[in-house]
Amino acid sequence: MLHMICCVKQVPDPEAPASQFKVDEAAKKVLPIPGVDPVADEYAVRGVEAALRIREAVGEAKITILTLGPEAARDAVKKALAMGADEGVQLTDKAFEDGDSFATARALAAAIKKLEPFDLVFCGRQAPDWDVGVTPSVIAELLGLPCVTRACDVKVSDGTLTVERVLMDGFETVEVRLPAVVTISNELGEPRYPQLREIMAAARKPVAAWSVADLGLDPSQVGAAGSVLSLDRLYVPVQETQCEFIEGETMEEAAEKLAAKLREAKLI
Amino acid sequence: MANESGVLVVAETADGAVAGITLEILGAARRLADKLGQPVQAALLGQGVEPLAQGLIAAGADKVYVVDQPILAEYQTDAFLPAVEKVCREANPSIVLLGQTDVGRDLGPRLAFRLGTGVAMDCLDLAIGDGRLVMTRACYGGNANAQHTCKSMPQMATVRVKSQEPLAPDSSRQGQVNKVAVDIDASAVRTKITGRRKEEGEGIRLEDAEVIVGVGRGVGSAEGFQTLTELAGLMKGAVGSTRAACDAGICSVATQIGLTGKVVSPALYIAVGISGASQHMAGLSGAKNIVAINKDPEANVFRYCRYGIVSDWKAVIPTFLNKVRQLKAG
Repeated sequence: MLHMICCVKQVPDPEAPASQFKVDEAAKKVLPIPGVDPVADEYAVRGVEAALRIREAVGEAKITILTLGPEAARDAVKKALAMGADEGVQLTDKAFEDGDSFATARALAAAIKKLEPFDLVFCGRQAPDWDVGVTPSVIAELLGLPCVTRACDVKVSDGTLTVERVLMDGFETVEVRLPAVVTISNELGEPRYPQLREIMAAARKPVAAWSVADLGLDPSQVGAAGSVLSLDRLYVPVQETQCEFIEGETMEEAAEKLAAKLREAKLI
Repeated sequence: MANESGVLVVAETADGAVAGITLEILGAARRLADKLGQPVQAALLGQGVEPLAQGLIAAGADKVYVVDQPILAEYQTDAFLPAVEKVCREANPSIVLLGQTDVGRDLGPRLAFRLGTGVAMDCLDLAIGDGRLVMTRACYGGNANAQHTCKSMPQMATVRVKSQEPLAPDSSRQGQVNKVAVDIDASAVRTKITGRRKEEGEGIRLEDAEVIVGVGRGVGSAEGFQTLTELAGLMKGAVGSTRAACDAGICSVATQIGLTGKVVSPALYIAVGISGASQHMAGLSGAKNIVAINKDPEANVFRYCRYGIVSDWKAVIPTFLNKVRQLKAG
């Protein structure tokens, strides 16, 4: 039976108003926004959606959700289980904290190895917190697998995966033999929305918790200790522009004034 | 390896010429290398690309490593990766730079892994501090900036399009061209490209446009998109869009501006029905003047604007379009 592993990540809600975004520069951490809960990374959720679509197409498959994060990150796993995945694994250990993409990939790859046999690993194209997009490629390197990035459509047939990729100026179709790592872009389309019954059912699906020791790794290989990039500063960039609001008796008048101003500035 | 020296640029080509992003990175590489007292190296990969080596030298490179083989005719990770890896081992640079492009996004992380180092993606600024490469990049959808250094060698970064100034090309610059033979096993290329389709808007390329009309989800329909396309045409500009507008099916993915789309640098950007999510604004870091029309006076987009009108776009754009037409005619 086809076994697909979907990596998901819990992130601060990227839809939260930018004006509320704050960082603690001394701690080099983003401050949680009161009243705004973290969410499952929208790209990774589309990875789960991709796996579900493949299961529907082939008839039978097992889908495992994998996340790395603190206790609260279990919500991201639960969401994916409510969408229809079968079981979850959460890597949670103090030692995993503050890792860069390489340290995180090492932990995830070790967990994926432990979940063998598998055919496909899905990740989001980049998590909307650090916006990096490195982890999936490094997982592929660590597992010795091909990695197809930024997919908007995936199909499996006879052990071959056909992927449509999003490029800057169009699309590319790529074929690759399984197993493979695939990253999913938003162009895949809207993920399904779990119904109440499925949310209830998800509560009963198993979620294992694995530590560094469970993965057979040394704490020095993961988290901040295992990172090659050091974060030296985190800050909110200053926006210096002052907006001049153009008004008028009517909106037509405002529109004319705007055109005149732009003409004056030689912009049109 | 030790004694690393040099700033190596992984060059890209587009339509038989050196890509603009490569010229920009060579400019940055030159500035960093001069500060370090090290040479600028370039890796040029492809089929029939050798004649472009002189162009890289004119743009700032001291030494160009050329891998010219049929298997490199189009970008595939498994073919390009061993070739770039071999060039890096031969050149032994202290810094490796790639573009934040289709190729760089894909190749950067895997090359870093092979070289036993890390990579900072989508950097906006590169500087030297205490002899190390200080890499500044946007994160949290552009809400924050992070500054990184790399604990291992070589120090690697991908560079955002239009964030760096190219040098004025100087065809009298002298440099060295080294051909490198790499044994790339065709059977080791695990992916097979079976199709490609371009999706480009008509008229002026978004990246080259001096005026861009930006379409947001607030525009609401393909019909609204038509009106704004007309406005863009009138100003000899192009139409851009947000990820939300693309996901809503209002515009094509090739028009997307932002972290997951293109980076543009028009003299004038007119944002219509765009709230100004940081992920979109990240693609406008090079825009010189931003104007927005949005119903919500608190919309984030106004923080970036020179002029703004608080209104439903439908009440403003038709008059604006007519006025522009008049001005153009007069």
